[in-house]
Amino acid sequence: MATAPLLTATSSGDALELRPAGSWTASNAATLERLSNDIAPQLDRAAAIKLDMAGVRELDTLGAWLLEKLSRRATSAGHRADIVGIADNYTGLIDEVRQVNRRTPAPAPARNAVVAKLGDIGRATIDAREDVAAFLQMLGALCIAILGILRRPRSLRLTSLTYQLYRVGWQAIPIVVLITFLIGAIIAQQGIFHFRKFGADSYVVDMVGILVLRELGVLIVAIMVAGRSGSAYTAELGSMKMREEIDALSTMGLDPVEVLMLPRILALICALPILSFIGALAALYGGGLVAWFYGGMGPAIFLARLHEAVSVTHFEVGIIKAPFMALVIGIVACSEGLRVKGSAESLGKQTTTSVVKSIFLVIVLDGLFAVFFASIGM
Amino acid sequence: MQEAAESFAIRVRDLVVGFSHHVVIDHLALDVRRGEILGLVGASGGGKSVLMRTIIGLIPRQGGEIEVMGSPINHDRATRAAAGRWGILFQQGALFSSLTVRQNIQFPLRENLELSDALMDEIATAKLEMVGLKAEDGDKFPSELSGGMTKRVALARALALDPAIVFLDEPTSGLDPIAAGDFDALIKTLQKTLGLTVFMVTHDLASLNTVCDRVAALADGKIVAIGPMRELLQSEHPWVRAYFHGKRSQMLQPKAS
Repeated sequence: MATAPLLTATSSGDALELRPAGSWTASNAATLERLSNDIAPQLDRAAAIKLDMAGVRELDTLGAWLLEKLSRRATSAGHRADIVGIADNYTGLIDEVRQVNRRTPAPAPARNAVVAKLGDIGRATIDAREDVAAFLQMLGALCIAILGILRRPRSLRLTSLTYQLYRVGWQAIPIVVLITFLIGAIIAQQGIFHFRKFGADSYVVDMVGILVLRELGVLIVAIMVAGRSGSAYTAELGSMKMREEIDALSTMGLDPVEVLMLPRILALICALPILSFIGALAALYGGGLVAWFYGGMGPAIFLARLHEAVSVTHFEVGIIKAPFMALVIGIVACSEGLRVKGSAESLGKQTTTSVVKSIFLVIVLDGLFAVFFASIGM
Repeated sequence: MQEAAESFAIRVRDLVVGFSHHVVIDHLALDVRRGEILGLVGASGGGKSVLMRTIIGLIPRQGGEIEVMGSPINHDRATRAAAGRWGILFQQGALFSSLTVRQNIQFPLRENLELSDALMDEIATAKLEMVGLKAEDGDKFPSELSGGMTKRVALARALALDPAIVFLDEPTSGLDPIAAGDFDALIKTLQKTLGLTVFMVTHDLASLNTVCDRVAALADGKIVAIGPMRELLQSEHPWVRAYFHGKRSQMLQPKAS
């Protein structure tokens, strides 16, 4: 049924007669566009146009619009354009197409590149201020929720807290153990390899012990939790926001912070120290194995050296940081989740922002703690 | 009444669809004539959407035959490739939220045709204006649209490739009566100008009354009644009687006192 489209032009005097034929439908779109573009220069030369549609077998919006565009081009140049031979079933379509694209919207005014750049910087600055405000707001809301819990301990959602603890704590153990084990092993291997040149192999134990307990253990675990659980929090809360579930909670007289965020953040605060502890053990274990098989230092010697090298202070310095890092990760994840707008893209963007921001803040926090502990002599 | 095969847009024969022992569509037969607006009614959860999704090849069937515009439909790649022949308006619009309205309408064009960007813009604007929106609305994102506008944009996208058939899944749900009436009128106009066949799943008695040429009632996995609205009102089938003569439908009639 579909036939190849044609457009023949015959000029008599200064009048041009156009005879479209065949199927002027979307399936021949590329051919149609070429045909109408080829004929366009001839239109400008002719004083009058006659469009004879008798040969058109099939017509759809695309074809009708291309023909309409030809006749419009002629009329806008001040020539006469007649359309004849329209089949009855296409008159409605032709009339409809005559109405469209009459008013072109004003193009957006072009902006100076420098001004635009400055504008972007300004907007980013204001956004950064909003970020801080959102963080503080969430912190405040959390404090109020905690005060509420202290006054009425029974309003704490234990089921939710336990479930979140299971998800972010228990289920995270295997991957945390694996990664920290590998990190501990790698540090030990590098230490042995380089320290051997100075005959200082045995100091590897000091390095691994102090590094893992003080800094790396908790930092690596916090970064992993931010990527694993923080992103999940943002995505969950974001999609709940999109589907108006959070609004539904508020209208039932419940505080979303108390119902949704508090159990999640409390679970993180409980889980992160535990995970850091387990992670530190796994890293020491990995370091010990490498020291044994690669460095030739038996477990008994490793343990004895470890005993001398590290003190409880090192462990305390590491573990004290964990709940604060958990708090930062939780607050960032929840407040980013609440900033999700309607679209799927915004959900993805906010989740990315949440992970990037919480990892950044965790590292900054670690630096601040390092300064603090150094100045109090721990 | 035997009609020529080419006068049908959709032919469904002996269709069986089910999900693990639960049969939803049970040996169903349905013919949709070319150029008509067919309304499909049925109980909530009674398989209306399943029937529509099976016809467009989204759900595999267990038995039976489906023909759309003369070519058989299967749950396979060839059918998906031929999807340009129909447009679908999903209940929630299903607009791509990361694209603007104009890009949403251009999406099927861009994927299926080779056109210059300028022409694609013009076509998108033309479709926007045909569904009663302004060219400026093209730069908005779906999250900035009202319910009625979302439906209109979704309709414009469904019509982007000038399909022969459009499937509408509850087009007027969630719209106020005025917007729903406007939307019904729009469907009727477009059906006339573009010569569309419209397959419409709806619960809106007003749209059934005003725009549908024929109405099909789906109950117990079968089409239990089909015909113009006044014929359905005469139907003796208990479910159809309950549907059209229930308390809610009676409320629409003026009191005879």
